[in-house]
Amino acid sequence: MERPLTQNIRPGEEPLDLKGYEAAGGYRAARKALLSMAPQDVTALVKASGLRGRGGAGFPTGQKWEFLPMGPDAPRPKYLCCNADEMEPGTFKDRLLMEGDPHQLVEALILTAYAVQAEVCYVFVRWAYAKSARLLEKAVAEAVEAGLAGRNILGTGFNLDIRVHSSAGRYMCGEETGLLNALEGRRASPRAKPPFPPVSGLFGKPTLVDNVETLCSVPHIVNNGADWFRRLSLTGEGGTKIYGMSGRVKRPGAWELPLGTRVREILEVHAGGMKEGYAFRALLPGGASTDFQVELDVDLDFTHEPLVGSRLGTGTSIVLDDRTCPVGFVLNIERFMARESCGWCTPCWSGLAWIVKTLEAIEQGQGRPEDLEILDRHVRDLAPGHTFCALAPGAVEPLGSALRLFREDFERHIKEGRCPWK
Amino acid sequence: MPVEVSRATIFVEGKPFEASATTNLLDACLSLGFDIPYFCWHPALGSAGACRLCAVKKFANEKDARGRIVMSCMEPVVDGLRISIDDPQAREFRASVLEWLMASHPHDCPVCDEGGECHLQDMTVMTGHVYRQYRFKKRTHRSQDLGPFVNHEMNRCIQCYRCTRFYRDYAGGGDLAEFASRDRLFYGRHEDGVLESPFSGNLVEVCPTGVFTDKTFKRHFTRKWDLATAPSVCVHCSLGCNTIPGERYGTLRRIRNRYNSRVNGYFLCDRGRFGYEFVNDAKRIRKARLAGHGSTDGDDETREFLLRRAAEAVAGPHQAIGIGSPRASLEANFALRELVGAGRFYAGVADNEWRLTELALKILRGGPARPASLADVRLSDAVLVLGEDVTNTAPLLDLALRQAARRGPVEAVVKAGTPDWHALAVTDLVQDARGPVFVAATHRTALAAVAEEFLLTPDETARLGFAVARRIAGEASPGDLPPELESAAARIARALQAADRPLVVAGVCGGDPAVLRAAAAAARALSNGKRKAGLFLVFPESNSVGLALLGAGSLKDGIDRVMSGEAGTAIILENDLYRRLPAGAADRFFDKCRSAILLDHVHHATAERAGLVVPAATFAESEGTLVNAEGRAQRFFKVCPPPRGVRESWRWLCDFARAAGRREAAGLRNLDDLILAIAAEFPELAGIREAAPPAGFRIHGSKVPRESQRSSGRTSIHAEADVREGAPPLDLDSPLAFSMEGAPGIPPSPLIPRFWRPGWNSVQSVNKYQAGIGGPLRDGDPGRRLIEPPASTSPGFSVDGPRAETVGAGEGLLFVPVYQIFGSEELSVRAPAVASLIPKPVLLLHPDDAVMLGIGSGDRVELEVQGETLSLPAKITAEMCRGAAGVPVAPSGALGLDLPARGKIRTVRKP
Repeated sequence: MERPLTQNIRPGEEPLDLKGYEAAGGYRAARKALLSMAPQDVTALVKASGLRGRGGAGFPTGQKWEFLPMGPDAPRPKYLCCNADEMEPGTFKDRLLMEGDPHQLVEALILTAYAVQAEVCYVFVRWAYAKSARLLEKAVAEAVEAGLAGRNILGTGFNLDIRVHSSAGRYMCGEETGLLNALEGRRASPRAKPPFPPVSGLFGKPTLVDNVETLCSVPHIVNNGADWFRRLSLTGEGGTKIYGMSGRVKRPGAWELPLGTRVREILEVHAGGMKEGYAFRALLPGGASTDFQVELDVDLDFTHEPLVGSRLGTGTSIVLDDRTCPVGFVLNIERFMARESCGWCTPCWSGLAWIVKTLEAIEQGQGRPEDLEILDRHVRDLAPGHTFCALAPGAVEPLGSALRLFREDFERHIKEGRCPWK
Repeated sequence: MPVEVSRATIFVEGKPFEASATTNLLDACLSLGFDIPYFCWHPALGSAGACRLCAVKKFANEKDARGRIVMSCMEPVVDGLRISIDDPQAREFRASVLEWLMASHPHDCPVCDEGGECHLQDMTVMTGHVYRQYRFKKRTHRSQDLGPFVNHEMNRCIQCYRCTRFYRDYAGGGDLAEFASRDRLFYGRHEDGVLESPFSGNLVEVCPTGVFTDKTFKRHFTRKWDLATAPSVCVHCSLGCNTIPGERYGTLRRIRNRYNSRVNGYFLCDRGRFGYEFVNDAKRIRKARLAGHGSTDGDDETREFLLRRAAEAVAGPHQAIGIGSPRASLEANFALRELVGAGRFYAGVADNEWRLTELALKILRGGPARPASLADVRLSDAVLVLGEDVTNTAPLLDLALRQAARRGPVEAVVKAGTPDWHALAVTDLVQDARGPVFVAATHRTALAAVAEEFLLTPDETARLGFAVARRIAGEASPGDLPPELESAAARIARALQAADRPLVVAGVCGGDPAVLRAAAAAARALSNGKRKAGLFLVFPESNSVGLALLGAGSLKDGIDRVMSGEAGTAIILENDLYRRLPAGAADRFFDKCRSAILLDHVHHATAERAGLVVPAATFAESEGTLVNAEGRAQRFFKVCPPPRGVRESWRWLCDFARAAGRREAAGLRNLDDLILAIAAEFPELAGIREAAPPAGFRIHGSKVPRESQRSSGRTSIHAEADVREGAPPLDLDSPLAFSMEGAPGIPPSPLIPRFWRPGWNSVQSVNKYQAGIGGPLRDGDPGRRLIEPPASTSPGFSVDGPRAETVGAGEGLLFVPVYQIFGSEELSVRAPAVASLIPKPVLLLHPDDAVMLGIGSGDRVELEVQGETLSLPAKITAEMCRGAAGVPVAPSGALGLDLPARGKIRTVRKP
């Protein structure tokens, strides 16, 4: 099985430096693209590969790149922002890539910036990922030293200034426009879309924002071609995916597997199944803002997840077992979401706070029968389009599915006036 | 923006309507008269999409029955758009939004200053949210002390972001921000303290609930629906912003904005909003006083007595002169002129200022640049400000220029496809880009934040202005500028020429005729061809232009007439000569004057010296016409009858004239008589007749009521004296009535006494009075422009304006005036809130000059100028130009001095 993204990663060891990375075949793609490909060819290749965003939304990457204005009349400078504000609960895949193989990301940045002709690149790293930031800074410095980044890269006249920005960090910074506002020194509130960042991004200029894992596929696509990339996946969506799993499983962790790997395989083979004494009840397949699912025999990818009412998200699952209170589980998620609301739109800042207080009351045995109707109403009211950005709709995905799947548990809390798990 | 208004057909509940295609759906629906509730959207601030209250259902096509919820403020109007406001899901969602917003709201309406005109109350009723399901604790905040103007109660906040979007994004303030996040957002300062923006008072009207309320109103609060209101005009500078004063029980309670799309739009400055309390000043002149006799009382008796005394003085053996006032109405000045005769009517203004006022008027009349309105200013795309500190002399002009500074970049964004109402997208795209704004001033001004500013003496400013004019006209430079100013002139000229709507701003307060001529030359040079250049000249006071249009002799000539003994009586209209003359000169004048009669309302040094003091009504108790800097004649109306014994200046003067047997005055019995007489004598002023309907105007036989339909306790107000309901006072001078009875509905725009429609109790009701949101009032904005210069160039102002008249040439240090928004204006300083913000007077000196003069920071220095001695601490700052010292125009500053002028300076004490 090919594991291009993690091929250089040796858990417990320091990542490869420039020399080691090059010895392992690194920067071959950067040389190939900058010296022998036109920028548009790189974009076309990525588009043909079918690569879709790994940050959660799954937007076709090549198509996004095409939205950036090209040519001599395009506004300048153009920016590339790498979204490394990995703060989705249960998600730790980007950290693995940055700490395990920072040069892979740097090469990806060079290739991507070249494709869209961006001159400045920011890697937006959340504050807690101090090690990632340190390793990336070192990798960037090495690349600049070697003429692979900075001014006149490889003598082609292409310039790329890569800056690693450690942010104060908020969940909202992971939303691409919140990230741009934070980079500009403003509040990390989302921006109105349209206009989208490729038209009006950082400092009002065309900007491409892509997730770490998404970008890391790019060097391999350039090296091995679009067909190779498409064949990597099991279901035709292209590429590998770093799947993760946490919860009461035997071996929580992250593994690079073909995109479209079955949920059951991830749980039973890679995570080693449930811990002794715990039974599987449901899981959130792609981080805290995806719907619960009970089905295990489903291909974990962009197309098949919606068929069971959830979505791939970040591809890192959180497992709910039979000895954990689902109300408490959801409360924990909603607390996070309410705390991370930026305070811009009413349904989010007020609705989520109300949800949290209601769940707290239920969990503490103070619930009332009408509370479930109130929660149902919030799930309806915090639908996509009703709010300014996707935070609140994402936040009610686990709530809505929990109310559907575990309604009896909620009702028992209210009826018995206590949490039955305590 | 002057764009072609393309139209679109939209379908609301299946019915077709015509709407503007350049706006958003909320704006379009409100313009069509639909009620869609909203909070964060504001017509001047655009759409933010934050509150989510304006949700409606949008359908993909005729067949789509499900539709989807969209925010109408974020939805562009496109042809064929199909929406439903009444859709049950949309209604339910809007009610949910209200319920969310009310979750932590304290429900303290009965004790809230906003209650009764609260947009949150209105929207709660409109959405039908009546049953509260939220049962948990509310979040609480600690509120802040934000200074004397604005009260802060954060617990009422609904997090709509309007305050910071106005304060920061629109008005350029830096010390109010949103802090924290989620449901704990805090809008305030980083610590307690006085809000720095001179436009902070607008927070009171921008805030949809009671977070920011009027602190001065709080001190004499009354329920809003019990206020008597009338259309009025601000008297605190020359811009003539339209206001709505509110009165109860003879106390002026507050000032609110009166929308006028050509003038102030939605906003006022803090001087205009909070300066009103001079009307309530305990030291105000309320009784007639005869020197040596004390004050008199008793209405009729006083009146007869005064008439007799005045008649004696005017008709007596000693000829009378009249000294007019730039802060009194056209009618009052005209009545004085009728009383004493045109040849003995003098401007109550310092001589240099008067010369400049006449010059500025001549420039405006001469064209070809049009006198710009504030609306024109807001839409200008390149600006040159010469020698005028507008933030302190005409504050709302500062706010307008801040919009002009963004205009060019905003238009570029609009051209690229982002609509200008989409405030967030525009902000993201515009970023810090600012269009060309250049300011030349003697000291750092607030506009430096959005402008390239040059600190220059008046003489240098004039030369820079002429250099710009010459370059625009394609003439060679006379080479009298240092190289850096030459290149600046070239840059300025290029920017102005490249603009579609360039604007030149100057003013009388700067005090230099050459600067005015330079501004005129630049504006004229710009007005060649198709380009329309605007010219905005700031005048010192609320009716400086009106006084100049009437014409008057210079104060010096009037004084000379008394000093020579030719005249013995002076009738002084609403004026303190100690602000117009050095104290010594004023003292000598009063020593010589046999009989000085003052008509005024505020107490001052002149009142101390006048032999007879006649109590005059303030703007709140009288009506009349003021002409603003744009040349717009605007009528103000009394809110309440004058207190017992007090009368309008024009009424006193007309009565004096009749008592003195002056035939001209025989027919002058009410305001309309005066207006017609003025129009007959001054063709240029004929337009004042159309500034407002005459007193006889009726709507279906009824007058316009000053009291609201919701007025309570009408019959019990004076019950302690008499249980019978007395007849309301008559108002023979206007079509307004001192009553809650009268024509319902919307009166002609100059007569709108308040904005209120059923269901819309807050200031947001102004939507219902406009012909399209943000547009003019339904039957046109109030006021009538009097000065429309010929579009072709008239001779008289060459690019090489004569340089000889530059003031202050000669020996000694040049002293220039430094105006202060709080402190320089005569009336507002009597308002306690304003008075508390008057800065300590200091003399501003550039460090280089200080070294040369051997003056250190904090040294007390003595100035000798125009025969007066002033003592001030020195402040050494690079924010002052080289070669001039700045003297504050304020009490114990330059009041009474005619600056710029040269004089001596010496250190008297080291700190």
